Amino acid sequence: MSIVTVQLGQCGNQIGHEVFSALCSDSRGTHGLCSKKENESYQESCKERFFCEEESGVPVARAVLVDMEPKVISHTLSMAASSGHWKYSSHSHFCQKQGSGNNWANGHSVHGPRHKEAIMELVQKEAEKCDRLGGFFTIMSMAGGTGSGLGAFVTQCLRDAFPSSFLLNHVIWPYGTGEVIVQNYNSVLTLSHLYHSADALLVHENDVIHKICAQLMNIKQISFRDVNQVIAHQLGSVFQPTHTAGGGSGYSRNPLGDLLEALVPHPEFRMLGLRNIPQMPESSLPYSTFTWPGLTKHLRQILIAHAPMEEGIDWQVQPPPPGSSTNKALHFNTSIANLVILRGKDVHSADLGSFQDPSLYTSWLNPQDAFSAWRTPRAFNKYEKSASLVSNSQFLLKPLDSIVGKAWNMFASKAYLHQYTKFGIQEEDFLDCFTTLEQVISSYTNL
Amino acid sequence: AVSLPFAVGQCGNQVGCRFWDLALREHAAVNKKGIYDEALSSFFRNVDTRSGDNGPDIYEGKICSLKARALLIDMEEGVVNEILQGPLRDVFDSKQLITDVSGSGNNWAVGHKIYGCQYRENIVEKLRKTAEHCDCLQCFFIIHSMGGGTGSGLGTFVLNLLEEEFPEVYRFVTSVYPSGEDDVITSPYNSVLAMKELNEHADCVLPIENESLFEIVNKIHQLINSGKLGTTVKQNSLVTSSAGTAKTLQEKPFDAMNNIVANLLLNLTSSARFEGSLNMDLNEISMNLVPFPRLHYLVSSLTPLYTLADVNVPSRRLDQMFSDAFSRDHQLIRADPKRSLYLACALLVRGNVQVSDLRRNIERLKPSLHFVSWNQEGWKTGLCSVPPVGHSHSLLALANNTCVKPTFIELKDRFMKLYKKKAHLHHYLQIDGMDQSCFSEAISSLSDLIEEYNELDATKGGPRIDPSRLKIAV
Repeated sequence: MSIVTVQLGQCGNQIGHEVFSALCSDSRGTHGLCSKKENESYQESCKERFFCEEESGVPVARAVLVDMEPKVISHTLSMAASSGHWKYSSHSHFCQKQGSGNNWANGHSVHGPRHKEAIMELVQKEAEKCDRLGGFFTIMSMAGGTGSGLGAFVTQCLRDAFPSSFLLNHVIWPYGTGEVIVQNYNSVLTLSHLYHSADALLVHENDVIHKICAQLMNIKQISFRDVNQVIAHQLGSVFQPTHTAGGGSGYSRNPLGDLLEALVPHPEFRMLGLRNIPQMPESSLPYSTFTWPGLTKHLRQILIAHAPMEEGIDWQVQPPPPGSSTNKALHFNTSIANLVILRGKDVHSADLGSFQDPSLYTSWLNPQDAFSAWRTPRAFNKYEKSASLVSNSQFLLKPLDSIVGKAWNMFASKAYLHQYTKFGIQEEDFLDCFTTLEQVISSYTNL
Repeated sequence: AVSLPFAVGQCGNQVGCRFWDLALREHAAVNKKGIYDEALSSFFRNVDTRSGDNGPDIYEGKICSLKARALLIDMEEGVVNEILQGPLRDVFDSKQLITDVSGSGNNWAVGHKIYGCQYRENIVEKLRKTAEHCDCLQCFFIIHSMGGGTGSGLGTFVLNLLEEEFPEVYRFVTSVYPSGEDDVITSPYNSVLAMKELNEHADCVLPIENESLFEIVNKIHQLINSGKLGTTVKQNSLVTSSAGTAKTLQEKPFDAMNNIVANLLLNLTSSARFEGSLNMDLNEISMNLVPFPRLHYLVSSLTPLYTLADVNVPSRRLDQMFSDAFSRDHQLIRADPKRSLYLACALLVRGNVQVSDLRRNIERLKPSLHFVSWNQEGWKTGLCSVPPVGHSHSLLALANNTCVKPTFIELKDRFMKLYKKKAHLHHYLQIDGMDQSCFSEAISSLSDLIEEYNELDATKGGPRIDPSRLKIAV
């Protein structure tokens, strides 16, 4: 099944480009460490999922690029084409001249309706090119105006036009100390809207990825390109083909569906965090060896201790002893559901029993149902062994609470509201959004 | 997206002239192939002049003849004539000029009421023609001084006109405020009358004070002449310099100061013209820096003021650039933002600077700055890949900060000194359409603005009480 990616705004387009680059380079890579047959099967599956064949033989990404100003898309298209290994279709983008001015209301209520037809036509074309449509993957930031506002509008349009398709939104949370002053308003508006239309939100936080770049990747002068490449690696580690448990011998045909089934048992809980280990500079790869027990142990502790990465993990945090009251320790991360994806050498020898420990989870699901594992012996992106965790847990609770708190603080002073009201978003609309998110926060807190 | 500058009055046109010259220099440095591209189109049209001046616009391909998208307005001919005879004469055509002969006599009322009325049709027509050539008009810039008659009076008349005719297009105003020793006696009247218009009709105002520009120019001269700068300074990197531009004649005293303002405008629009990893468009500036409609006065600073010839820039010097942006010496009005209260701050970085450099410096400088309680982490940032000519990197800081208040208070004081004695008032009142209420309303508008800043200042340093969050029934 194929996934159609919709890249929205500057961030969405910049990341989208890195994602397709990573998928393509991994697929073509010679570090698969598996049998030729396995490798070919992997490549076939990856191609079907993300790329389309064209007469020229160069794979064309199954993507629609949307932005309200032309510079980023123009740059993205030319960067992809210059790689020689893949490209975007020349008819799959939509842009305007003005931008959205970091104004969610402008993106959502002005640009949205105005350009709905043109954008959805492009999406429809891409969807028709797929033999079997596996769903939509949208990439956006929630801090600005286009990705956030227009992105929320397009997500609703996708939901309306394709009611039975899977819809996963990849959302970038901005640095805490601003990239955009009104980012918290834009974030609150985006998250509350997406919660009503998307199947799930897969989140990356700039602060977390920045730490990975600084401490694990040893990058001195970190650029947005570096951040985006780490994000692309992490996404690739989730979306490249795998064998789901009990899925027969072939690669999974329904990645989005499988992911959502594994992780979103209840519509109130849709926020997914992502962790991937190990991460290191490419130059260090030949000199590092990892064992599966080591990796799974670290990944589990990252999960329960809210750790952003494999350095600086707090090993003191442990699950509460069985039979204790529901007042779990505040720094312990309670999960609803987890998915671990293992790729690489000897992957079938890895023991993931520790992830099925009932004390990790809320009481309302069987631990067997709450945990899923996908594996493939085909190594990913030159890492001999790679382990990813997609988690529906309290990972994002604190960051979400912080964003809502700052937005509320600003809202109470009525600062910047005139910028939104002039494009049709009123105070009552804000209040509705705050209510939605406080509800989400409350639900996750009381796990 | 196109930005359309209007230069009004003597000061406005002198700054405008420097702006066009430096813009051409900047684009020439980047655009080696002579292709008319998106970046050039925000300020220039490409006209096919092979068969005469009225040729059609060419939208792609090689550059034929670049014409500035601009309107030059002056009620005296001297400055505009000089431009038309100078090296920039081919960049403008007569359809973009509105001139008269007698000037406004340093009288806001003459500029606003008399010339405004007289030239309204003409201005609207030329404006529409100029706008027709733009496929997407995003922003108007008015460049003027506040203290005289034309820039101040007719300039604010144009501001009103722009709001009426093109309400959706942003209006940015770069205003040069008079200093205390200004030789125009009635400058306080002109400035306060203009302020009311800025309060009500501008989206964003960038106030500039000649004294600050003058001090920056002096500081640079002193540093160069003292020999303290070990290696040679790159001439074309001076924020005050015209090196490498069309203007090769001996520089006049105001040229250096005007170049600073011209550079301000170039940097302000750089991210809209050139690509970068985090674009910052003009509508984003207005969105992020104006929390309440009337508080739209932004204090600006440019760093560095010059570059040394050695190319290798250790990050220490990069960090120094950020520190300088917040220092008193680099502000374009006489103000110390560190001592006052920030409502919002924007940093637009150009050149080889990445997000980690930005983050590191924000973290470093934050503790020494006071932000309003509801915007504690309120930073707007932009990264543009293309540096200004002669630099490897540069920074423009825009602050919505209560440190503008003293400038306004001084203005009010100077106004009251004259007004109480009714000095020179008759020159204004005898103009058709003017009466006492114009003055009383203007000073009232200014007082209200000062009061808003006072209220904000009162919150500075006070206890921070976060409002309680919404409670959800579990």
